[in-house]
Amino acid sequence: MAESQAPATPAKAEPNHGMRIFLIWIVLALAADLLIWFVWYPHLPPGRMTSSASSQQFDIAVLALAAAPVMLFVWIYFGYALVNWHHRKGDDEDGPALFGHTGIQAAWIGGTAVIVLAAFVFGTVELIVPDGAGSGEGTTPVWKPVGSNYLQVQVIGQQWQFSYRYPQFGGMETTQLMLPVNRPVQFNVTSLDVIHSFWPYLLGVKADANPGVNNVAYTTPKQTGKFVVRCNELCGIWHGAMYGYGRVETTSAFAVWARATELAEQRSGILRALPPYSLVYDPTVIPQLGVTLTKVSGITGAAGYYYPPQDPVTP
Amino acid sequence: MSIEIEPEKAQEPAGSGPAGPRPARPWWMRPAFHTGIVGAVIGYFLGHWLGDFLSWGYARNGLSDMNDFPLVLGYVFGTVGWLGGLGVFNDLFRQMAGKPVPVAEEEVASATGLARYFRYTLDHKVVGIQYLVGMIVYFCTGGLFAMAIRTELLSPTYHIMNASNYLMVVGEHGTMMMMMMSSVVLGPFGQFLLPLMIGSKRMAFPRLEALAFWLTPAAYVVLLSAVWLGGFPTGWTGYAPLSVQATEGMDAYAVAFGIMGISLILSGFNIFVTAVNYRAPGMRWSRLPMFVWSMITVSFLMVLSVPVLVGGLYLLITDRTVETSFYVNQLGGSSYLYENLFWFFGHPEVYILALPGFGIVSELIPVFCRKPLYGYRVAGAGMIGVALLSFFVWQHHLFVSGINPEMRPLFMLTTELISIPTGFIYLVAMGTFWKAKIRFTVPMLFAMALYFNFLIGGISGVFLSDVPADTTEHGSFFVMAHFHYTIMGGLIFAFMGATYYWLPKMMGIKLNQTLGYLHFWTMFIFFNSTFLPLFAVGMLGQPRRVYEYARNLQPLNDWVSISAFLLGGSILIFIINFVWSTVIVREKETGNPWQSRGLEWQVSSPPPPGNFEHIPVILSGPYDYGMKDAPPVADLNPPVGVVSASYATAGATGVEA
Repeated sequence: MAESQAPATPAKAEPNHGMRIFLIWIVLALAADLLIWFVWYPHLPPGRMTSSASSQQFDIAVLALAAAPVMLFVWIYFGYALVNWHHRKGDDEDGPALFGHTGIQAAWIGGTAVIVLAAFVFGTVELIVPDGAGSGEGTTPVWKPVGSNYLQVQVIGQQWQFSYRYPQFGGMETTQLMLPVNRPVQFNVTSLDVIHSFWPYLLGVKADANPGVNNVAYTTPKQTGKFVVRCNELCGIWHGAMYGYGRVETTSAFAVWARATELAEQRSGILRALPPYSLVYDPTVIPQLGVTLTKVSGITGAAGYYYPPQDPVTP
Repeated sequence: MSIEIEPEKAQEPAGSGPAGPRPARPWWMRPAFHTGIVGAVIGYFLGHWLGDFLSWGYARNGLSDMNDFPLVLGYVFGTVGWLGGLGVFNDLFRQMAGKPVPVAEEEVASATGLARYFRYTLDHKVVGIQYLVGMIVYFCTGGLFAMAIRTELLSPTYHIMNASNYLMVVGEHGTMMMMMMSSVVLGPFGQFLLPLMIGSKRMAFPRLEALAFWLTPAAYVVLLSAVWLGGFPTGWTGYAPLSVQATEGMDAYAVAFGIMGISLILSGFNIFVTAVNYRAPGMRWSRLPMFVWSMITVSFLMVLSVPVLVGGLYLLITDRTVETSFYVNQLGGSSYLYENLFWFFGHPEVYILALPGFGIVSELIPVFCRKPLYGYRVAGAGMIGVALLSFFVWQHHLFVSGINPEMRPLFMLTTELISIPTGFIYLVAMGTFWKAKIRFTVPMLFAMALYFNFLIGGISGVFLSDVPADTTEHGSFFVMAHFHYTIMGGLIFAFMGATYYWLPKMMGIKLNQTLGYLHFWTMFIFFNSTFLPLFAVGMLGQPRRVYEYARNLQPLNDWVSISAFLLGGSILIFIINFVWSTVIVREKETGNPWQSRGLEWQVSSPPPPGNFEHIPVILSGPYDYGMKDAPPVADLNPPVGVVSASYATAGATGVEA
């Protein structure tokens, strides 16, 4: 960074000014980077509950390490200029007629290009190595965890709540998201009506839920605890109230919970009533009944009419 | 084959052509604002009736006893009626009937007095003032909606409005601001100053220029009419299929944005053609003011990107009215299609909002540094580079949508590459500040604030362009803070600087400087105090467009809301200053108060009809400050023969110099 930025000050003409700016900058930039790495980064939200969350925080912290010296350089330069090169009373002469300097311009262009390309290479590695970094990777993900021992969870968005199906447990459906610790999870995110976005903030996962599309994202929980799931794409009036809860459990606790829930849903007949597990659903078709409901503009939800007669006060 | 050039005659000031002056009619008989309103009302009811007639068999909304078809036709016919009432089509019909049509210069000379500001006037200087006032009205309306949003967000749970009203306010704020921002510089300053800066007596297409302005009030009214229809739930992006599902307010969004889109395309064409073809002799590409370069690149973006928006909205309207299913997945459409079309427009649009700001500050800093613009070619290359690259980045808005996942590194690269040409703008500024004699005038303070704010906005954009970091930040208040820093912190600060700088030129009236300093400092402090905490709010997990949020975020949100109200107070100071200075005090300023070398400052203020008595011959660049032997920027009274000789030279070499 230092090498690429320093030549941008036209230091050769006035070594005095250039050196002073450089010295102020190098001290402050170093201080800022130390603060970022040792004070800010350990406290960076949302923390390190999963592999993808920690890889994202690492990514943000490294970008901040690069960004802080750049921003400081520009600010220090302008601050220096304002203090030293302002107009003084009685001096109505114009400034020196400098039209440019090829070396400085080339150095600036080269320097910024190097920073940008480095950021690109770093970002690409940080996307590919942590298996897509928790982002929605579409129907056929190219970057996925090694092995096939991952838990599959289907996330179904609809106006205005998320529900979850576990195909490895008979396709049972829950309204809370339960995950085991230290086991890779594959989220299959889809929607029944409009575009939602699945965002369990602490898990560092974000994937849009498109109707008729299976959007896959991966992560591995590393700590047990509670988390909140929010919708992150404007999906209608109750978008602001579309959130739910989830927990990361120990492996044994999760196994107990999953077996109990599957059994309970079997006994109460919920599993039979659910449509067969599939990667996407057309909510206007109910296969058990062999019935296709009337489609109103092809969209479910309030029968095509968006607002109910009176807005309810709470969802 | 040689092009025949008409021999040059001694230039005469504009006068009556063969058609002669038109007979004067009483004011209420002449087409103006009031006849436009009559036309709009008639058009609306005609369109509504026609729509009802054509769609009598369609299902109706049980609540409003309407369906979308008559409403859309009402809006469209109402807009056409508004234009017809304003007299937009009169010359067209005159020409079709074989009657003489007055040339634009003649109309300009015959239009005088305050009434011309309420008419379809072909003078670019009148259109510029119309745009200035119109865009301030737009800005204040959108700003009031922003205040309403911040009022609601004072508490995480206690609600001042209900959920649907909140989304209506969010959508109106976003859409109105986006529509306004696209024209806020191109409209007032582009239309007014561009011919003056390139030494032209007029714009290339005066009728298109006036039409482009008069479409904006129509878009304003149509968009606001959504308030009566329950609003629209999608925000300014209008994502399908939510926008297909929504009620009638959505039609207002689609039609209003479409009307504004047409206005942008027309003014883009006009600016581009004018800048290329109407430059005075000697106005080489290397002497073009940076502001003109920014207008060229912006209009290039508009002409190529906005048609995609208009097309996308048209498909949305047919989905909503006649049951096509371009965007409905279950019926064979694709919700990704809308996202793609929207952002293919939407991302160049973002640079449509950035480039004019760069142009303005590049114009201001040499004047107040009393130094030449450093690296003129780099500045131009920066703008062209940003403009070209901006067509290749749009899918960075869709990083987590599941579309083209393996293309994301490519879009990450193109997005980050844009920071290289954007960096040129900073290099130019820093070089210009080197050993300058900086004068802290109000316009200069606003220009420097742009460099401060845009740096935060731009660097936070690099975080968003990085896919893993974006997975945390996408769709959160972080994004919101980022684009407010670039658009408001960049473009609006530049707009304010430009207003203080060029209003003496445009109106011959100076704005009060004391109020100006007060306006600047309050705006700068409260802008940063409003939007800087929002980066933290986003990182702490608050999604955009929610009206309920986590309880622990209330202190930050309250801080932001109070700062936003104070920011609104700062804008109020500007409005008071504007009205006080231009209506009540009217302190005259006819000369060149900033000692600028710009060509626009070489004529009197406000400029006479026709701008220049004679087409000037440009002798040197606009930024030659500090050069003892620099020739004057232009010869405003060139001897007969020079202009035609310059054309002959250009013809011989094929290029101008």
